[in-house]
Amino acid sequence: MPGTQPFEFYQRDRSQQPPAFTPDYKSTTLRSPRLALWSLQGSLSETTGPVFGHEELGPLDHDLILNYAKGGEPVGERTIVHGRVLDENARPVPGALIEIWQANAGGRYRHRNDTYIAPVDPNFGGCGRMITDAEGYYCFRTVKPGAYPFRNYVNSWRPAHIHFSLSGSGFAQRLITQMYFEGDPLIPHDAILNTIPDAAARQRLVAKLDLRHAIPLDSLCYRFDIVLRGRRSTVFETGL
Amino acid sequence: MAELPLTPFVPMDALGHLPETPSQTAGPYVHIGLIPHQAGLEVFANALGHAMVGPETQGARIRIEGRVFDGLGDPCRDVLVEIWQADAAGHYDNAAFRGWGRTGTDFETGMYAFDTIKPGRVPGRHGRPMAPHVSVWIVSRGMNIGLSTRMYFPDEVEANAVDPVLSLIEPSRRLTMVARQDGPATYVFDIRLQGPGETVFLDI
Repeated sequence: MPGTQPFEFYQRDRSQQPPAFTPDYKSTTLRSPRLALWSLQGSLSETTGPVFGHEELGPLDHDLILNYAKGGEPVGERTIVHGRVLDENARPVPGALIEIWQANAGGRYRHRNDTYIAPVDPNFGGCGRMITDAEGYYCFRTVKPGAYPFRNYVNSWRPAHIHFSLSGSGFAQRLITQMYFEGDPLIPHDAILNTIPDAAARQRLVAKLDLRHAIPLDSLCYRFDIVLRGRRSTVFETGL
Repeated sequence: MAELPLTPFVPMDALGHLPETPSQTAGPYVHIGLIPHQAGLEVFANALGHAMVGPETQGARIRIEGRVFDGLGDPCRDVLVEIWQADAAGHYDNAAFRGWGRTGTDFETGMYAFDTIKPGRVPGRHGRPMAPHVSVWIVSRGMNIGLSTRMYFPDEVEANAVDPVLSLIEPSRRLTMVARQDGPATYVFDIRLQGPGETVFLDI
């Protein structure tokens, strides 16, 4: 950001976030710090971050139906996922890099460590990326991922979900989350969604069916808006 | 661009602010989305964050490498590591050097590595210079929210002694943020998630 002094971010509201150690999601047991985080006032190292240009991405990067197609198209419910990236000040975040990944319609990831019996789809890679426009808008086309079991308890199942990674204008905004689909009966049972203690916060990860933006006779549509941390900018700021 | 109604999906508070979206674990398959080339997946023409340094980049070439250890001391082999750093002059707005890299810990050895340049000193708050450092952010299966820390350089003893962040931290824990030198241009930065020598993680 040449010539401008980037403002600091609001302190992260940890009540909206999952704690590091959540025993029902067993993998956190050995991977959760046990000492308190050190609270750090923002400096340029936190308020700045990498900037990405639309020209760095390919024309099909946001189209998971076509970006790995090998002579056919992937099996599954054709689905558009779109929405806005906003900040805590309810302003659009333009230029945010959004990267997504997901299982195929059968619940299988194209990954060496996924051994689920559902088949890999030869026409589905499972990743996409996009940069938000001036209004913070983004849009992906994909197939709806399937539910799948995971080794937490013997009979643990993940609801259908898409992983989202967001990079805004400052490194302290970096966020990874998961998006779920309205109406999925597995949602209340999910040990990973339930790492978030606040019920209203959990609901904000459930995308809403957006029938108006479905494409008739072609694709369903879900709306998922994302909020990144906002910056403080009163006239009395002392600066970094 | 779609014509989306302005009504926010997320409810505003009384002052019109929106709450930050909650974090979720990156899970075991984070490679598919963020480092697909490392997962053997050829989808994108351009691997973002893969090569940090080009022939024109100014500054001393260094390698930063290390492992991430869990609470039993075992290396985690499915961690995504991102770094953010200034250029050799201590600037973050260099068009020729983005200063951002990302990679994964190796599926077999658990090692990660970045080939980059040594950053300069960045001005801290109120003009107080910070010692050269690299911001580090990690996510993986079993981490509900990304963990942030900084890596400082062991050969910057004087700058480290007056660094406004390092000096906040108890001396006994400060060293967890200082890399170990291994040869003239290689710095080893191991991260311990839990237990003896737990790395200082920052709420930034």
